[in-house]
Amino acid sequence: MSASIEIRSAPHVASPRTVEKIMRHVVWSLLPICAFFVAQYGISALASIAVITGACLLTERVFVRTGTQAGSLNDYSAVITGLLLALTLPPGFPLWMGAVAGFVAIALGKALFGGIGFNVFNPALVGRAFVQAAFPTAIATYTPSFVAGRFSEFIPSSLAWPFMLPPDTATWLQSKHLDALAGATPLAKWKFDGVMAGAGELLTSLSGNMAVGPSPLLILLCGIYLAARRYMDWRIPAAILGSAGLTAWILFGLDPVRYPNPFFMLFSGGLILGAVYMATDMATSPVTPKGMWVYGALIGLLTVVIRYYSGLPEGVMYAILIANAASPLIERITQPTPFGKSAMAGMGRRRKGATYPLNPGYISREDASAVTPKKRFLPNKPHKAADKPVKKP
Amino acid sequence: MNVTTTRGWDEFMEGIWKQNPTFVMILGMCPTLAVTVSAVNALSMGISTALVLIASCGLVSMMRNVTPKEVRIAVYIVIIATFVTAVDYAIQAISLALYDALGAFIQLIVVNCIILGRAEAHAAKNPPIPAMVNAAGMGAGFTIGLLSLGVVREILGAGTLFGVSLFGASFQPWVIMVLPPGGFFVLGSWLLFFAWLERRKQRKLAETAENV
Repeated sequence: MSASIEIRSAPHVASPRTVEKIMRHVVWSLLPICAFFVAQYGISALASIAVITGACLLTERVFVRTGTQAGSLNDYSAVITGLLLALTLPPGFPLWMGAVAGFVAIALGKALFGGIGFNVFNPALVGRAFVQAAFPTAIATYTPSFVAGRFSEFIPSSLAWPFMLPPDTATWLQSKHLDALAGATPLAKWKFDGVMAGAGELLTSLSGNMAVGPSPLLILLCGIYLAARRYMDWRIPAAILGSAGLTAWILFGLDPVRYPNPFFMLFSGGLILGAVYMATDMATSPVTPKGMWVYGALIGLLTVVIRYYSGLPEGVMYAILIANAASPLIERITQPTPFGKSAMAGMGRRRKGATYPLNPGYISREDASAVTPKKRFLPNKPHKAADKPVKKP
Repeated sequence: MNVTTTRGWDEFMEGIWKQNPTFVMILGMCPTLAVTVSAVNALSMGISTALVLIASCGLVSMMRNVTPKEVRIAVYIVIIATFVTAVDYAIQAISLALYDALGAFIQLIVVNCIILGRAEAHAAKNPPIPAMVNAAGMGAGFTIGLLSLGVVREILGAGTLFGVSLFGASFQPWVIMVLPPGGFFVLGSWLLFFAWLERRKQRKLAETAENV
């Protein structure tokens, strides 16, 4: 007869934007990109997307069922991981290696940390980093897009037997009357051969026989949709692209012969995909607005530095993983000043910014278990006491 | 007589299962992660450690009543170092290639915490025979631990087991497995597996207790 009263702790007001809804929208916005990828590479890309996403979902199901992981299969987060992982891997990547990557992404990248929302690193990038270290040759073997007959036959390396070496792609390319250079990504061509791709080719990815991912323009459009619907924070991609562009522009200004122009830097490789979809993963990026700018700037800078000065042609993945690791620290030093703490208190010799490290509401996940300082700090000087632990973090 | 043999057997099994140095006590991680690139390396490292462990525990135990308490650690180190030197020369004599593969980790058995821990915790308080049985159990447990890592890493990292090719020439090696991260991944997976076994056992025990 009487209405049941449910007693529980805050928060009491639920937003209509649930995790499932946000994730579903991200998946929808990824679908056009996946469709473009399939159009570029045909059934190999389709099989790759299906197998990797399937592996992710299967692993997620195992860990959710054993009860070692938060979240459920229905929240679409594993689908996002799978789709993104497939988009970052070469289309002719052997399917069994893709399945390994999907398993590692969910098992090592997510389940070990406790499931959705608890992971420190972007799961898709953990999977990719693992296969990059495990199978360095296969992951560097790209094939050109828009090859004739791509909807009727697989790229031979896709169908390698589990645990077996994939067949050589160069001979397959020869049978298609394509030179081996067509199988290199624009970044690798620039890094190892000094050949630069044109602006239009880079933006649209439409010109044939180029080893590129889906069009950066399309990815940006999908990102703008997400940002407009507030399913993604626009600050992170803006900071990444701004910082990468600025760094590349300064270097280009210093020595235009040695360094490529900033446009090439921004639109080649996986920078746009990484900036829009990988770095903005909510669990692994800072929550403070200032922190997002710092985080994005760090990724942009690291990407350019890795691309220019390391042996690898592409640096987006490691840049994002490093910034993921740094994001709890970034959150810690960019805490907003709470209402009531006057701005004047931050002036003078006091440290600006980070105050109130002990209020659970403001604290990042890392600080959630922070211990309240010993009482001996408190008597007589409550203000100093509150600030004391911050001074030397 | 029968009672003592069962106790000896329990003592031996203690090191292999209940207090496995690698998977339960997580001791001796340096050699565990560093030399388990192949099964042969892992096995020889495990056997050398076990030999040093048995011999030094025996000697420590024999000398337990004449060792002054203040200098006991120094005495243990001298005893262990003696046997390590012997094992070191023996491996050089048997196979120089193996000696090179194991590198400094043979000499580092001297400071292996399993051996010092056994000497301090068990051998110094027990007569020689039980001390050596316990040491043999621990040594066997350590060898099993190393071997289980080495087998997985060699199969995935090179497609071979004890140097015998398992998958033929077209095997795709997982480069990461012979690199240091591979050691951590495989060790973590084994720990996960044993933790799962343990938890399952406890759940079953709880269930049977409820039913009774």
